[in-house]
Amino acid sequence: MLGMLLYGLINSAVFMLMAIGFSLTFGISGVANFAYGAFYVTGAYVTWQLINSLGLSFAISIIISAIITGLFGALLYRFVLFRIRGLLLSEIIATFGIGMGMLEFYRSIGLSGHSYKLPTFMDGSLEVLGVYVDYQRVIIVGVAATLVFFLWFFSHHTKMGLAFRGIAQNEHTSLAFGIESEFTAMVSMGMGCCLASLAAVVIIPLSLIQVEEGSNVLILALAVGIVGGMESIAGVILGSLIFGYAQIAVATYFNPHYTVIVMLAAILIVLVIKPSGLFGKFKELEERV
Amino acid sequence: MVEGSILRVEKLHKSFGGVQAVLNVSFNLGKGELLGIIGPNGSGKSTLVNLITGFVRPDSGKVFFQGKNITNKKPYTIANLGIARTFQMAMPFQELPAFKNLIIPLCAPRVKKIRGGKYGERDDVAIDLLEEVGFERDSAVPFKAAGSLPHGYLKRLELAQCMALQADVIILDELFSGMSMAEVASTLPIVEKLKAEGKTLIMIEHRLKELFRIVNRVMVLNFGQKIAEGLPNEVMENVEVKKAYLGSEG
Amino acid sequence: MILSFGKDRESGNIKHRKERLDRGIKARSDTIYALSSYREALYLLFPRAATIIGLLVLPLLLPEYWIKVLVITCVVALLALSWDFIALAGMFSLGQTLFFGVGAYLAGGLNHYVRLSPIFTIPLSTVGGAIFCTILILPVLRLRGIYFAMVTFVLPLLLIRIIEMTGVLGGVEGLSALSPLPNLWVSVYLIIAVFLVCLFGYRRLMDTDYGLILKGIKNNDLAVMSRGINIYLYKAQALLIGSSAAAFAGAFVTHHYRFVGLPAFSMDYTILPIACTVVGGPGTFAGATFGAFVLMPLTELLRAIGTWRVVLYSFFMVVFIILVPEGIFHYLQRKYHQIERLVKTE
Repeated sequence: MLGMLLYGLINSAVFMLMAIGFSLTFGISGVANFAYGAFYVTGAYVTWQLINSLGLSFAISIIISAIITGLFGALLYRFVLFRIRGLLLSEIIATFGIGMGMLEFYRSIGLSGHSYKLPTFMDGSLEVLGVYVDYQRVIIVGVAATLVFFLWFFSHHTKMGLAFRGIAQNEHTSLAFGIESEFTAMVSMGMGCCLASLAAVVIIPLSLIQVEEGSNVLILALAVGIVGGMESIAGVILGSLIFGYAQIAVATYFNPHYTVIVMLAAILIVLVIKPSGLFGKFKELEERV
Repeated sequence: MVEGSILRVEKLHKSFGGVQAVLNVSFNLGKGELLGIIGPNGSGKSTLVNLITGFVRPDSGKVFFQGKNITNKKPYTIANLGIARTFQMAMPFQELPAFKNLIIPLCAPRVKKIRGGKYGERDDVAIDLLEEVGFERDSAVPFKAAGSLPHGYLKRLELAQCMALQADVIILDELFSGMSMAEVASTLPIVEKLKAEGKTLIMIEHRLKELFRIVNRVMVLNFGQKIAEGLPNEVMENVEVKKAYLGSEG
Repeated sequence: MILSFGKDRESGNIKHRKERLDRGIKARSDTIYALSSYREALYLLFPRAATIIGLLVLPLLLPEYWIKVLVITCVVALLALSWDFIALAGMFSLGQTLFFGVGAYLAGGLNHYVRLSPIFTIPLSTVGGAIFCTILILPVLRLRGIYFAMVTFVLPLLLIRIIEMTGVLGGVEGLSALSPLPNLWVSVYLIIAVFLVCLFGYRRLMDTDYGLILKGIKNNDLAVMSRGINIYLYKAQALLIGSSAAAFAGAFVTHHYRFVGLPAFSMDYTILPIACTVVGGPGTFAGATFGAFVLMPLTELLRAIGTWRVVLYSFFMVVFIILVPEGIFHYLQRKYHQIERLVKTE
């Protein structure tokens, strides 16, 4: 039982890390970054290159890769999305196409396979309340918790964070106050991709770098957002917890193969009872009148 | 229930976040009346209209139309029951010709019940309606893309949409704003004609001189609350109303 | 109608400006009451007739390999029409493959487990698939368009994994040895016929008042709601009508290849139609058709490049949606309807 609680928490932390970048970008600037999965894989791959081809240390590679991925995302916004901001169809197709293109590009140049691994932070495991958990997983939970705290602090106590919240709540008024919405969108995109890279670096050591992870991560980010609510950190946390624990419960009591059904069921149920997500702030009509 | 009351609003409350947009507003509207709703900017007039017509859900309170409770009903249901409204920012369908803009209300279930109609007939009805609101029939104006029409025409197009719906209650949100004196002068008779046909009207306006010529009663809102109601000249003598519009001294 | 563009060119001492005019024949034939010569009738009919006759005659001229390419082209074109129709009502779907796959699996399932023949499975799957998908997506219709894209994107991917994991409906191997269609000729003319019906049917529908309501909903759904129209009902209907074309395509392909499996939900079936429509020109079913009939044979010719195919599509898709959003078809249409000439400005 204790084991299940613990594994559920770890699972939730993994999901949360995967989903937070996407939700952040969407929540702040309304940009649905369908290329998010591609950035996740990009972060991992860049880190790998830095470690293996340039021989940099793990810590530095992580930081540089996060910055590069973030910059890449911001530039993508500046030069591509900026032109089509507000045109829903164009936004969707542009990010979607770029994401698909990147992933297929990676696949075509042979980016999968056993040689592409990322090192774990620490080997070994420790005992928590009678259950053995390896350090990497503990670190994942730690990173997730730190991230939540940091993001909360950032959005409530720093000037830029407050500006972000302002834009998220009411763009017109924020513009009137001198908060540039285009710059904010660019930064939010950059931050989202940066988080994707960080998440990748922490999670992928558990297995391999695989192009399919890109699609999986995007699906997960969407699923968590749809269930928990896209626009808030609390929503992402809630969605991750639901998925994390539901998966573990189903795997333990039924059959590990059915965990995917959990995801689908959760999405369908939420869509019926509260379509904008359990903590979703979107109020359909009222916001638009 | 007041005899002959067609629209009754009871203690409507609505706040957005921490802002009280509408606070404890109630009023009664008799059939065939023309009620003016006035008040400074931000006093909750448009929110009140949104609450009545279903675009915004009230936190508490009720709206009754012809005796039936229509609170929390969807906007299209309310429109089909017989309440039509214009929007403060006139929103036509930009690329469509002006008369095509009227086809959509003419396809509503309410209108289908009353007059039936297939593809071709609606075009004619649309052009007739446009003529009623002052578009010159034989000119190219009804056929111009709605996005290219001048402001006064756009406002009258909005009015035509309400008329197309054959509504019993028409709520006009700042119909006269942005219109020139001439345009207002030519639009007033149309409104009066609607009243003469038995329609009930609510007009939200800032242009008080023109409004007071045609209203039966006036209601004043300030900071979301009703501060006065009655005949125009009575209301304008009210101290609270003067404070609201002109500010208080000291 | 005269459209002028002010690009003054200096040539000698005289400045010129490019001017676009509707061709005389277009102005004369714009209202059908005014057709007064065979030439005008031909002007109007030619593009439509050429499409119909061309498609009907093509299978007789092509070698068998290319007939199969034609079949796939029509399938993708049908998916593109489906996407275009749903998009005209304001819903941007990233999941045509959902409709396709559901139709495919329904047909395969009915054929395999209930032993119904294609004559029954195909219509049943078309209608059943459309209804099933519409009900699945119903809750999202109330939300912003982006949610529609997200949900249609996620659902097929989840369905793949479910089938994979639980092994239902054939699991990873899929259902094979399903009943075939009588022969290649039936296949190709069936798909061509349905495609043409959808093409002209959808166009006709969008020209009516019903289509006007759908366009209005896309343009400004609040205004449409305030005029008494239940936009969710119309959106659901548009979804139903649009997805049935895609479900048919799925059912058809199942019997054409006598197999249904995980590839039925492949992302290809989402990306290809969107790429074709975006390149051809969204909003005018003819653009989707044009895009499909250009891109699909092209990729057949470029078969050697294998998986780079998707990269190429994505590239085209992105470039076109950003730089040439109206698509190629509008350019062609303009050339057909208008002439350009230089006009002196002084």
